[in-house]
Amino acid sequence: MSGHESTYKPGTGIEKWIDARLPIVRLVHDSFVGFPVAKNLNYWWTFGAILAVCLVTQIITGIVLAMHYVPHVDMAFASVERIMRDVEYGWLIRYIHANGASMFFLAVYIHMFRGLYYGSYKAPREISWILGVIIYLLMMGTAFMGYVLPWGQMSLHGASVITNLIGAIPLVGEQIKIWLQGAPSIGNATLNRFFSLHYLLPFMIAGVVILHIWAFHTTGNNNPTGVDVKDEKKDTVPFHPYYTVKDGFAIIVFLMIFAGFVFYAPNVLGHADNYIEGNPLKTPAHIVPEWYLLPFYAILRAITFDIGPIPAKLGGVIAMFGAIAVLFVLPWLDTSKVRSLRYRPLARQFFLGFVAVCLLLGVAGASNPDDIVIKTGEDTLRYEVSLEEAPEALAVAEAHHGKIVSSNSERVIVDFAHYEDAVEFAEASGTTAEATVKHHGLTWLPVAQLLTFLYFAYFLIIIPLLGLIERPKDEPESIADSIHKSNGSADAVAAE
Amino acid sequence: MKAFKACLAGLALLGLSPAAMAAGGTMPLSEGDAPLPDWPFEGVFGKFDQASVQRGFQVYTEVCAACHSMELLSYRNLGEPGGPFYNADDPEATEAAVAEFARQYEITEIDDYGDEVARPRRPADRFPSPYPNVQAAAAANGGAIPPDFSVIVKARPGGADYIYRLMTGYPSYEEFQGEYGDELHFNDDHSHGVLTQPAGLYYNPYFPGDTSGNWDGDPRHAPAGGYLAMPPQLSDGRVDYMDGTEATQEQIAYDISQFLAWASEPKMENRKSLGLVVMIYLFFLAILVYFSYKAIWRNVEH
Repeated sequence: MSGHESTYKPGTGIEKWIDARLPIVRLVHDSFVGFPVAKNLNYWWTFGAILAVCLVTQIITGIVLAMHYVPHVDMAFASVERIMRDVEYGWLIRYIHANGASMFFLAVYIHMFRGLYYGSYKAPREISWILGVIIYLLMMGTAFMGYVLPWGQMSLHGASVITNLIGAIPLVGEQIKIWLQGAPSIGNATLNRFFSLHYLLPFMIAGVVILHIWAFHTTGNNNPTGVDVKDEKKDTVPFHPYYTVKDGFAIIVFLMIFAGFVFYAPNVLGHADNYIEGNPLKTPAHIVPEWYLLPFYAILRAITFDIGPIPAKLGGVIAMFGAIAVLFVLPWLDTSKVRSLRYRPLARQFFLGFVAVCLLLGVAGASNPDDIVIKTGEDTLRYEVSLEEAPEALAVAEAHHGKIVSSNSERVIVDFAHYEDAVEFAEASGTTAEATVKHHGLTWLPVAQLLTFLYFAYFLIIIPLLGLIERPKDEPESIADSIHKSNGSADAVAAE
Repeated sequence: MKAFKACLAGLALLGLSPAAMAAGGTMPLSEGDAPLPDWPFEGVFGKFDQASVQRGFQVYTEVCAACHSMELLSYRNLGEPGGPFYNADDPEATEAAVAEFARQYEITEIDDYGDEVARPRRPADRFPSPYPNVQAAAAANGGAIPPDFSVIVKARPGGADYIYRLMTGYPSYEEFQGEYGDELHFNDDHSHGVLTQPAGLYYNPYFPGDTSGNWDGDPRHAPAGGYLAMPPQLSDGRVDYMDGTEATQEQIAYDISQFLAWASEPKMENRKSLGLVVMIYLFFLAILVYFSYKAIWRNVEH
């Protein structure tokens, strides 16, 4: 797993004996001890190690939880609460596992944004990036299935919403949906296979993580300047102890945040409805996924219109998967020769805009699409009156300060600002229609649609175009050179 | 570039506004006749008030248990560390008290001859459920199923605050008017009109629902809240506290909320005290590793 010359020197006889037969100690030494790493990595680079800690934490706590959990629709909910109450430190193990999922995604998002900012996806690290996106996809699948296991209301109905999406695929969708659910509807068969896959996928993640590390150890790490290592002596330090200690410090700080959630706010990232046992006959008022999937949920719900022959539901599914699929081709969408956005001031502005778009998509995903974002006027009382029933409605409405929204030969739609006017209108016109409350303003739906457009525009329009039109600043000659320059100015001040 | 930053700021504002817009369904828990109680179990050093949890258990058994089950709780939980009847100085008294509670309720079992026999409950047995199944529960309550109370505080947004407000938030009997005594007349800054309470349901401003169907008035200002099948339960003197505490409505609501908070999260005290140790440990470890980092990198220009 290392693309550089081996620095391992077997010291003792037994080490030599092993090295001649299975050079595994050499492999570990060259990958995590002697491996040369650019000197100038900042704290954004520590999230790789933090993610490794997250994966190991999830696997260990998960294995213990699986010893006590019962994957049956009638017993799953109670078995989780049994873990919380009767298993020694079961509450700790479960809260670590549940909050660990959120921490894992927090770290992976920072890790991915770091890759975007410093151009870590560009040649020659395309395969590292693609493997990373595969890990991310596996993580989403694992997290989604894990959320189903406690069999609360959100578990059940969230699983129902997501598996029903598959049904939108033409011709084979329905069959695939039944195959995934194990039955025509969500039930015990679904829970059993989700439990099985939830146990399997993390080990697949671990496997892809090894490939991911192998790939970027072959090309060498990227670094904040994006400039390749020119001179191993001047530009790099061995991974141990330089980066083991720096990553170690970052991991401990990260664990403090993690512990803050586990011990003092263990349920704040979850949803209260998931502490109600799943009931297929009772649908929660708002079905929302966990926070880390909200941006994709917003994209899914933003497509409310048919696109040519594609019905809206399928369009939403395509957009949602497309939002991840676009990451796979990103290395070939970017036309810029410069990796790091440090030297691309224009691209940096757009990157910040993209981060804002992703965060707002998250807010949009949590909000009801029909809720008002910006109010443009007071609520009015709206009547829709058929002229057959009340022929003089139009005239009466005008007499009572009604605002005619539309009228034709069949019906009148009229808004009233004052309740008294509306009541008098209803009496005078003799209509049996009921008033409805009409909100005036911009709803979340068009906002989510705009954000979805901006999300795709960033990858498909802005990134390809920027590389062609932007004039980047000069990159430093080498990593050592850039360190020397930035320190040099500070030294000059100190010397005076 | 400037325009771009302005766009960003605008987008950020968009993100902040929905919180204010989404409300309107129920009365905010911060609003009420009296301020919300200062729960002793909140905060980093929070602990349950054991006397209050004990009284809450009395309220549960004398009032709530007639309709609400607590299927996940056993009598032994009452005497476990952190439980309402746990007495570290006298474990035998704890055991005796728990056994005494359990003994009051029978449980039916199948004996070796296949016959049903009743025996008194033991500490290891679960709390008895008031109904044999959900169908019986629904039939006895006009179709509504009284929710199980085992994790109720975690299962409701607002937790103990919500329970407290719901229990004290019903309009009092004197407020009802009309021929059948089912009309509530609203005449405040927000709402003018008459709310007619449907038969068999009870209006509560904190219960999620929709009042517009029975509201005679401006539909834009229909009262907050909804209807639930549970009539108001707590009134002054509804229970006769064994420890002599005066049983006002607020006191009972406070005690039952605290008991349910304990039942939902019985390991909370343990969690918070362990958390403190973990945080202190991580804090000193962080300092140690930070200076190791500084020492290791001191001769490397970076």
